Amino acid sequence: MNGFLTGVTIFITIIMLIPFYRLVAGPTIFDRMLGAGVIGSKTLVLLTLVGFLYGRADMFIDIVIAYSLLNFIGVIAAAKLLERKGLEP
Amino acid sequence: MNILAALLILGGAFFLTVGSLGVIRLPDFYSRSHAMGKSDTLGLFLSLLGLAVHNGMRVDSLKILLVAVFVALANPVASHALARAAFRKRLAPWMKRNRP
Repeated sequence: MNGFLTGVTIFITIIMLIPFYRLVAGPTIFDRMLGAGVIGSKTLVLLTLVGFLYGRADMFIDIVIAYSLLNFIGVIAAAKLLERKGLEP
Repeated sequence: MNILAALLILGGAFFLTVGSLGVIRLPDFYSRSHAMGKSDTLGLFLSLLGLAVHNGMRVDSLKILLVAVFVALANPVASHALARAAFRKRLAPWMKRNRP
């Protein structure tokens, strides 16, 4: 099972590189925020897998909880700011 | 090795791949927010459920299920907030008549 989890971790790390294109070359600022949100939500699975690989899942899951809260609040705050501010990046 | 956990994790990885490709491939911001709000959420939910099944009956599994339920509630809300901000700022949607 450890080799399987290592393979899935490497696969998700490669998958996380794909939305960086949308983060760098998005036409509007909303596309950049969308790419940042997708990368942040994939980081949750990656952190849990790293916790299982290190054998310290009890410690890493608390980090995952805090990270999911921070990601959600960050995207909501950016959406509120962009709703008030405008389209210009 | 648990077959159910492996199947759930592989299904989650498939839906995460579909979400990433949708974010990079779809033509418009609103359709890209579909890729974030639906397939990425399903991939996260299936992956975290598979990891909870792999962990077994412990307190940590309950915490992983808590994170999975919270993400399944929060990720569509974030996607909807971004799409609403874009709509109120009058970002033009992709249509057939203004296709480049």
